[in-house]
Amino acid sequence: MSIYSYLMLRFEVVITLIIFILLVLKLNDADKKEKSLLIGINIMLLLNFIVGLLPMAEGNLFMGFFRSNGLLVLQKNILNLGLLLISLTSYNYLLKNNNRIEFYILMLSSMLGVFAMLSSGHILVLYLGLEMSTIPIAALANFNKSMKNSSEAGIKLILSSAFSTGILLFGISLLYGAVGNLSFENIQANLQLNELTLLAFAFILGGFAFKMSIVPFHLWTADVYEGSPVAVTNYLSVISKGSVIFVFISVLYSIFSSFTDAWLYAITILSILSMTVGNLFAMRQQNLKRFFAFSSIAQVGFVLVGIAGASKIGLTSATYFVLIYLLSNIASFGVISAIFDATGKETINDYKGLYKSNPYFALILAVSLFSLAGIPPTAGFFGKMFLLTSSMGNGMYVLLAFAAINIVISLYNYLRIVKTMFIDDAVEVLPVVGRNFGMKMALAVCTIGIIIIGFVTPLFQYIDVLSIVK
Amino acid sequence: MEQVPLSHVLILSSCLFFLGIYGFFSRRNMITMLMSIELILNSININFIAFNKYLYPHQLEGVFFTLFIITVAAAEVSLAIAIIINLYRKFNTIDVEDTNTMKF
Repeated sequence: MSIYSYLMLRFEVVITLIIFILLVLKLNDADKKEKSLLIGINIMLLLNFIVGLLPMAEGNLFMGFFRSNGLLVLQKNILNLGLLLISLTSYNYLLKNNNRIEFYILMLSSMLGVFAMLSSGHILVLYLGLEMSTIPIAALANFNKSMKNSSEAGIKLILSSAFSTGILLFGISLLYGAVGNLSFENIQANLQLNELTLLAFAFILGGFAFKMSIVPFHLWTADVYEGSPVAVTNYLSVISKGSVIFVFISVLYSIFSSFTDAWLYAITILSILSMTVGNLFAMRQQNLKRFFAFSSIAQVGFVLVGIAGASKIGLTSATYFVLIYLLSNIASFGVISAIFDATGKETINDYKGLYKSNPYFALILAVSLFSLAGIPPTAGFFGKMFLLTSSMGNGMYVLLAFAAINIVISLYNYLRIVKTMFIDDAVEVLPVVGRNFGMKMALAVCTIGIIIIGFVTPLFQYIDVLSIVK
Repeated sequence: MEQVPLSHVLILSSCLFFLGIYGFFSRRNMITMLMSIELILNSININFIAFNKYLYPHQLEGVFFTLFIITVAAAEVSLAIAIIINLYRKFNTIDVEDTNTMKF
């Protein structure tokens, strides 16, 4: 292999190297030096992120099974940033846990699967990457082994993901019967609309909808999010979901590009359902993790609004939105995990009067909630605006009407928490929660990102230049 | 010798697939649910092999896909069983009805 192909594979190579280093460290019993170990791992992840920013390389490897282009590199960079921030915010949790190295090995294996899935040029690699990205997460969800919640989350995640993979694979097997060769290019060239391929498409859509927790395939989401440790919930809601959204777009826009009429119809219904059900269920949640589970279902509904644009801007706006969603969600989960680690509290009522006891955390949570709700100065507004613009360009007016209504409902949901933090009097005053350097850095990056990204026009233009729809 | 037509094989695999789905939704024992998932995956394997043999006999893509499915399914099931064993040791149950500490 030449240097050039290593440059194309650099994300995968670096992650694999880190996994190997961690395995060797595990053998050497490095678990005992907690602090230096965690700092070392975070530095490695920072290097990993920096390596990802090196000049990109385009092309295909392994006879088209692996492909790389500008947009994929950007998406991987976004996810790498997410991984680094999640690792920084979970510093305190891991300090108390004795199995830190396993935690990172599992998380990075899942990341490797995500990268393989994003770069896939053949359905086989897509399938392997998808599995590799979900199986370690089930083990991670079960990470608090002595808590029943956590085990429940693990078993629910593995059972539902295995089931959804089954559905996805059944669709793929029918697709194989229809076209005979499962490389993306071949499918795109030979796919014809008939009963068999439509059935295959329905099954594949169902499988992906499960992984992205789109209503009516969302039933596992709330329980898994609530039961898992906060760091894992963060990873699930940001990286797993974001990566599957990226892959889903590329599958819809490239493989099934000849089916646009058929999938627009399906996407419209799924989008309306996810937004409405997600927002209505979020209204009655008391547990914050559960609240964010339903909020993430609703946000995926909004991404689908953008995807329904079925054009270049759909791809651009969805990628842009995932970046913003990633920053906002990591900031909120960072605050939740800081408070949970210090006090063990995670219901909305416990956050009463948070502004008086911990103004720093309250402000950051408020900014990220504003961004999720889409209030103008924050980036969330621009993200949602582009998603709606994309859909508008395709003339999906019914969908847009539902999206508009849902933005109002979601505003109520998010502002309810802001009101609890700032206006309500505390029943029981929370102690002042300390914050370490990693947490400060992560929250600062997220907050600055949320405030600035909307005004950095070149970023959107850059994504727009990179997105190519065949 | 007369060959079994493709449609018969496909009917068999579809029946297996939906039996698996039915089992997954109706059984309450986690091990049985895993067995249902295996049934689903095996129906997919039959599909791949049948399509490969009847429609595209000059290449082996379907067979390779099947090999990968079997391997990944083994990994998936081993992890699921590890979690089930953990649940059983700590809480003495493998019935999904008992894993209900979280409700909306």
